[in-house]
Amino acid sequence: MFMDPTGRTNASEPGFHLARNGAGTLLVRLAGSWTIAEGIPSTAEIAREIESDPRIRRVIFDTENLQSWDSSLLTFLVKLLELCRGADVEAVRDGLPAGARRLITLATAVPEEKGARRAAGTETFLSRIGAGTIGILSGATETLSFIGETFLASLRLLRGKARFRRCDLTLLIQDCGAQALPIVSLISVLVGLILAFVGAIQLRLFGAQIYVADLVGIGMAREMGAMMTAIIMAGRTGAAFAAQLGTMQVNEEIDALRTLGISPIDFLVLPRMIALVLMLPLLCLYANLMGILGGAMVGVGMLDLSVVQYFNETRDAIRLTDFMAGLFKSGVFGILIALSGCLRGMQCGRSSSAVGLAATSAVVTGIVAIVVADAILTVIYDLLGI
Amino acid sequence: MSGLDREVHIEVHDLTMAYGSFVIQRDLNFKVRRGDVFIIMGGSGCGKSTLLRHMVGLKEPARGNVYYEGVDFWSVEVKEREAMMRRFGILYQSGALWSSMTLAENIALPLEEYTDLTPSQVREVVSLKLSLVGLAGFEEFYPSEISGGMRKRAGLARAMALDPDILFFDEPSAGLDPISARRLDDLILELRESLGSTIVVVTHELASIFAIGTNSVFLDSETKTMIAGGDPRKLLETSHDPKVRSFLTRDAPEERSD
Repeated sequence: MFMDPTGRTNASEPGFHLARNGAGTLLVRLAGSWTIAEGIPSTAEIAREIESDPRIRRVIFDTENLQSWDSSLLTFLVKLLELCRGADVEAVRDGLPAGARRLITLATAVPEEKGARRAAGTETFLSRIGAGTIGILSGATETLSFIGETFLASLRLLRGKARFRRCDLTLLIQDCGAQALPIVSLISVLVGLILAFVGAIQLRLFGAQIYVADLVGIGMAREMGAMMTAIIMAGRTGAAFAAQLGTMQVNEEIDALRTLGISPIDFLVLPRMIALVLMLPLLCLYANLMGILGGAMVGVGMLDLSVVQYFNETRDAIRLTDFMAGLFKSGVFGILIALSGCLRGMQCGRSSSAVGLAATSAVVTGIVAIVVADAILTVIYDLLGI
Repeated sequence: MSGLDREVHIEVHDLTMAYGSFVIQRDLNFKVRRGDVFIIMGGSGCGKSTLLRHMVGLKEPARGNVYYEGVDFWSVEVKEREAMMRRFGILYQSGALWSSMTLAENIALPLEEYTDLTPSQVREVVSLKLSLVGLAGFEEFYPSEISGGMRKRAGLARAMALDPDILFFDEPSAGLDPISARRLDDLILELRESLGSTIVVVTHELASIFAIGTNSVFLDSETKTMIAGGDPRKLLETSHDPKVRSFLTRDAPEERSD
């Protein structure tokens, strides 16, 4: 409670009594402690009184028994004054505490800006569909223009004219490569282990448990190594790219680059894309080896195969083409993760919640793009007989 | 009633602020009386905002105490301290509005958390607070959709949501045009006059210091302590300290010839 004009501190319930002061004047006697903690009395009784007696032309106030007040009284008075205005009744503020009079004057000093108030929930179903469609179209245009700009920046890079700091690239390569090794190791070993375990149960029925090595080797090299690495990197690095660029957007750092004549695509997007395109195939290769190691654990531990037997079978099963197919896929996935992370970061709004949305959107876009690209590449490989 | 007759609302006693072993300010001693507009001033980087953080409970002092109406703020139980903090209203430098909420939701949150008002009453109080800062009708806007000055005013509306005893302002005029800064100063004065609130302002804007300040403390980054205090206008007339004088008169201190 921030004020106590009478110096009394005994809080009692806020309230008012209505009395007539002459035929046309309604006296509102405010009493008690008008604080937010005590609640805000309703103006309904006064409204009824004014409505029921058209002779009332004036409302006056008596605050002799008012103990203390805060926004509770102000909210009540603002509402009451509005009510009086609507009923063409004069509200005489003289009897109110001086502070309250001043604050009411302050609250009504700046008129509401025309058109500022927004009506809630007035959008029709059709207008929502329309707005959604326009949103999708403008999103697609932005995405295409971003891809186009990145392509042009890549051409500038090939001509040696792209501008970015080499030390940024080194740090990004470190972040996308070496620092991702622990999580890639863990997931890949487990994926190899799961593949081998599922295969072992079936193949043991036919006494063909040695083919677990083929299953794990080919599965990891052609598909799972690239796919799992890409999904890990979409969650880890794609989200980080979106959050970094989004925060730069919020802090106007990207605007600062633009006004200096430096293309943010060159300076921020290209190094991230290069780092991921270089590192993802290497991580994929590493994931393949870790997956095979996980498979070997099951082969040796559960199927009574020797380590040499397992690795000889793996070597015989996997062709170089299988490895290359997986590595090519991972390169494509690298481009897609970098593009989706950077695109969402560059599209980020100028608030902290927008940064969170950008990171989430980057992961979702990245994973969808990875799965779609994988399906397309698998069909192409099949057509080409790879 | 003269300034000195009013009760002491806040007392900072032997306060030392430090980050680890790095001391920012030491041995700060001053009193803020009820109804004061108390200015914390000093050059950039002298620890003004850090002092504010110590006063509002965001950072614990390395040494010393802060008393509110005689209660040692940092010695009481956490729950009691939190209850004391609810009597503070704080306007942060950037407004610090929650970006995922509309202005109405920003102001309504403390009301919903700490009062028993009905949703319609909360809406009415929110509208009143926004009207007080000249933002009537902007209830459904998000912070990212309004200007920096408006964000600051909305931040003030949120700071006033629970009708605090003490209002803290961290650089209220920073980034505002002179007219908006003047309006904010007027608003601060009006709040003090109407509500009788105690107001603590961190600023280095001279115009604001002289327009609203009734008492002050001057922090010096070189000696790492306060070197002056009192009514800023009197300080301008009476202080012989070259640092205080050059700050208040906006004159660069003379370069040494040797």
